[in-house]
Amino acid sequence: MKLVSRGVCIEYWLARSQKIFTAVESVDLDVRDGEFLAIVGPSGCGKTTFLNAVDGLLPISAGSLALDGVEIRKPGPDRAMVFQQPGLLPWRTVLGNVIFGLEAQGRMGGPDMVDRARQQIEIVGLQGFEDAYPLELSGGMQQRVNLARALLTDPKMLLLDEPFAALDAQTREMMQLELLKIWNRTRKTALFITHDIKEAIYLADRVVVFTKRPGRVKVTVDITIPRPRDLRVKRDPQFLRYEDEIWESIQEELAGPMERLIAEIPA
Amino acid sequence: MSVREADRIIPVTTGEVSPQPQERRSVVRPKRWKKYEALIIGTSSVVGVLTVWQLVANARIWPPLFLPGPLDVAPAFVKLFEPGGDIWIDIATSGQEIVIGYGMAIVIGLVLGLLMGWYTRFQYALDPFVNFFYSTPRIVLVPLFIIWFGIDMPSKIAVIFLGALFPIIINTMAGVRNTEAALLRVAKSFGASDALIFQRVVLPGSVPFILTGFRLGVGHALTGVIVGELIAARHGVGQLIAIAGQTFQTPKMFAGVILIAGTGMLLTATLQRVENRFQSWRPQIRR
Repeated sequence: MKLVSRGVCIEYWLARSQKIFTAVESVDLDVRDGEFLAIVGPSGCGKTTFLNAVDGLLPISAGSLALDGVEIRKPGPDRAMVFQQPGLLPWRTVLGNVIFGLEAQGRMGGPDMVDRARQQIEIVGLQGFEDAYPLELSGGMQQRVNLARALLTDPKMLLLDEPFAALDAQTREMMQLELLKIWNRTRKTALFITHDIKEAIYLADRVVVFTKRPGRVKVTVDITIPRPRDLRVKRDPQFLRYEDEIWESIQEELAGPMERLIAEIPA
Repeated sequence: MSVREADRIIPVTTGEVSPQPQERRSVVRPKRWKKYEALIIGTSSVVGVLTVWQLVANARIWPPLFLPGPLDVAPAFVKLFEPGGDIWIDIATSGQEIVIGYGMAIVIGLVLGLLMGWYTRFQYALDPFVNFFYSTPRIVLVPLFIIWFGIDMPSKIAVIFLGALFPIIINTMAGVRNTEAALLRVAKSFGASDALIFQRVVLPGSVPFILTGFRLGVGHALTGVIVGELIAARHGVGQLIAIAGQTFQTPKMFAGVILIAGTGMLLTATLQRVENRFQSWRPQIRR
């Protein structure tokens, strides 16, 4: 087991309403070594909050969360996050931004670092853009920089927070395909958050469905579609069965509040 | 992304349209003079205004004492620099006052602004004073400074310093505060230390704000030096204008005003260039 989450609960204080807000309640979840695990769930179910806790950005209020047997308390070089928003320094070139992850970890060093950064840029398909500034790049290219920055730190575990959510449909599919290609080379343990069911099935070995807030693990679906997967598997009958199964499961979560909303509408 | 969609425009053909190949309009290439457009129009407009000014002055609705024309001001300007005049003493005095006062404002304003932006408690402590001075015209302090520091340079330096200090503090602080939350999150996620976040994320991101503060400070510094010297001084360009005014040498007064305006424009333009240099990463706006 790589990541072990037992009874993880995340709460925080809401200043405006003076209340404790429970984002995630008692999450039991394991991510195996070398596994690609995707978490899906209705929006606002706390999946991103959970990922932030794994990254060490948020403290957990109960339970235990450990990576390779070491309790997670703060961000560390054993994890690297790919963010939903690229979060690139606009005054730095692509190369400068890709290096920033290592730099922030205090692991700057060696002339081979630049070589490795260039190599990483090539892997994510940005060769020739090393000296471009982020604002000169399209959204998809910015996300490639975001990915390269995380990969260059060579983490034990890669955390991805809806990295393709803000991209248009075609770019998103291309990015999924390329992410899988890159992942196939390293087989790095990955935890991927998304609200896109197809994306989760296409990428992952297992898909975990979260309940609505406060988020808990509702069901885990093993995806046995063989790798390497090309984009055509998305129209495979087996793929569609997974999609139905997961969609049903999420729909149950959505149905509650919606029906209640409708019931509240005065006749 | 949107480019891809634009490429897929499907041609619509109807029976009525003749199948002749469509003539392509050539891509509009800007004319060569376009490059100099701003210069040409700007110069013409200045020349136009000067001409109107001279014509109005020539009409002699008012005596030359009241409204000299540009042709009266130009010789007065040249005359200023003739040997035997005090102009160089005046310029040196005002110049030193500005360099010392504005220089101190830059250093102290930058340090205080950064500290106030970075440490909230420091901001809480200094906010009342910053608000008090920023919302007061610092010129009201000139009489007090003259009592404290006398009529020579120190009183002017104090006014310039206080004039330029607060725009610099406030803009620097705003720069630090405006650091994008997404960038901070990335830095923290990679475990960056506070020092590194400040140095590599917050400070570079604040540069445009800081330079704006510097540029606003120039205006306040010039106002400070001139008003200070108008009220009481032995030397200085403001004093030159004051004396010219009191002795009805109107063209000389205009010459002094032009000297100050020129200095202001030069300093502002220089800072604008520095600002542009620091923003080379911003894609150029195409019109």
